[in-house]
Amino acid sequence: MTIRSSIQSNITKTYLIMSLFVAFVVAAGYVFGNALGYGNDIMWMAVLFASISSFVSYYWGDKLVLAMSGARPADRKRDFDLFTVTENLAIAAGLPKPKLYVIEDSAMNAFATGRDPHHAVVCATTGLISRLDRRELEGVIAHELSHVKNYDIRLMAVVAVLVGSVVYLADIFMRTLWWGGGRRRRDDEGQLGSVLMVVGIVLAVLSPIIATLIQLAISRNREYLADASAANLTRYPEGLARALEKLHKDHDVLESATNATAHLYITNPFKEKNFGALFANLFNTHPPIEERIKRLRTM
Amino acid sequence: MNALWIIGGVAAFGIVYFWSLYNSLVSLKTQIEEAWSQIDIQLKRRTDLIPNLVSTVKGYAKHEKSVFSEVTKARSALMGAKSLDKKAQANDMMTAALGHLFAVAEAYPQLKANENFVQLQKELSDTEDKIAYSRQYYNSVVNDYNIKIRTFPNTLFNETLGFHEKKFFETTEAERKNVKVDFE
Repeated sequence: MTIRSSIQSNITKTYLIMSLFVAFVVAAGYVFGNALGYGNDIMWMAVLFASISSFVSYYWGDKLVLAMSGARPADRKRDFDLFTVTENLAIAAGLPKPKLYVIEDSAMNAFATGRDPHHAVVCATTGLISRLDRRELEGVIAHELSHVKNYDIRLMAVVAVLVGSVVYLADIFMRTLWWGGGRRRRDDEGQLGSVLMVVGIVLAVLSPIIATLIQLAISRNREYLADASAANLTRYPEGLARALEKLHKDHDVLESATNATAHLYITNPFKEKNFGALFANLFNTHPPIEERIKRLRTM
Repeated sequence: MNALWIIGGVAAFGIVYFWSLYNSLVSLKTQIEEAWSQIDIQLKRRTDLIPNLVSTVKGYAKHEKSVFSEVTKARSALMGAKSLDKKAQANDMMTAALGHLFAVAEAYPQLKANENFVQLQKELSDTEDKIAYSRQYYNSVVNDYNIKIRTFPNTLFNETLGFHEKKFFETTEAERKNVKVDFE
């Protein structure tokens, strides 16, 4: 896959996911609305909600992602290595220098977000900056800049915000069903009402899972591609390979990462802890680190 | 009538072809100029850092005169260099001179502990990285441009349009090799 074709496919996928999201939310709104006895009002609210959040995710996705991760702007003096390494690699890639942010957390991780190379953000944790040497840091930042260059960031930021809002919405409906739903139900609604009610509960349980599946569909192969382009940028695959080794050994869990933002990070921010053995593979948003290191070392 | 259509079609195709070729060459040429000015900025930054470094080191190692004169000479060579080859050459000279200076500095523990010196050392090695990366970008853009110029049929009329092959920015430093990337 060339850079140009992967850019095009990312842009197409972004619009596709936004449309699927609107369809999903509107359908969910219809089912919930009827299950709760509010009729189609809920559906119209869902239409409004879905269009607003798609719009917001496209234009303000990066800012929301940053807010979700609790990052502060980087400073040239304080974060000298992060700052200069990013400047250097942006020169090498022929990109404008992205805005830089830092998360104060001892866990080692990094992500990139934004809408296009002119509105891009790269963010790293203090744990990452302090525990990697310059060549290793270059590998990680080059990986992030590859995400910037081929528009992965746009797709991923949109997904992060949309997934976040689905999870949030499911949460709200679960509560409404629990506390207020019963009162509205009248006897004459009969069986249809209770069937819709069951469907509503199932949807509420399923929606975070569906949201996760959307993330998985987009996330795995692009990590390999970004590793490869990073190696091409730094001309030193060993730097990123060593960095990934260190990240793999690091067992700190990143506090500020959520289900909605997990796929943005260079390695899974939850480590293995969050997943039961059965689901470990299904819900892993990232390819296995050992495999990534192996591929880098054979380049 | 038919012959007219065919001639017209061929002419239209030729015009469109020329048009897009010309535009893509112009845009590559602009990219090369931008990449070149980036190298220039970094070389200038390197020369700007030198006087400060020299005066800091002098404070601790006054009698290492040969090293100072080597660095100063390299600096004025770099400032005076105009052409691409001369700049590359002067930059190599500077790298060698700075290598000697930092080797000498190893013998002065107090100097190595000096905050100003440590900062300057960091800035200089960062500038070296920046020069290497801007050179890498420059050479890759030049490569794209040269390939485009050399391919047939472009090669027939590039000279007339004023597009000539560009030289790479070469150094004596061990060139970092482009890695082989297999990704399907």
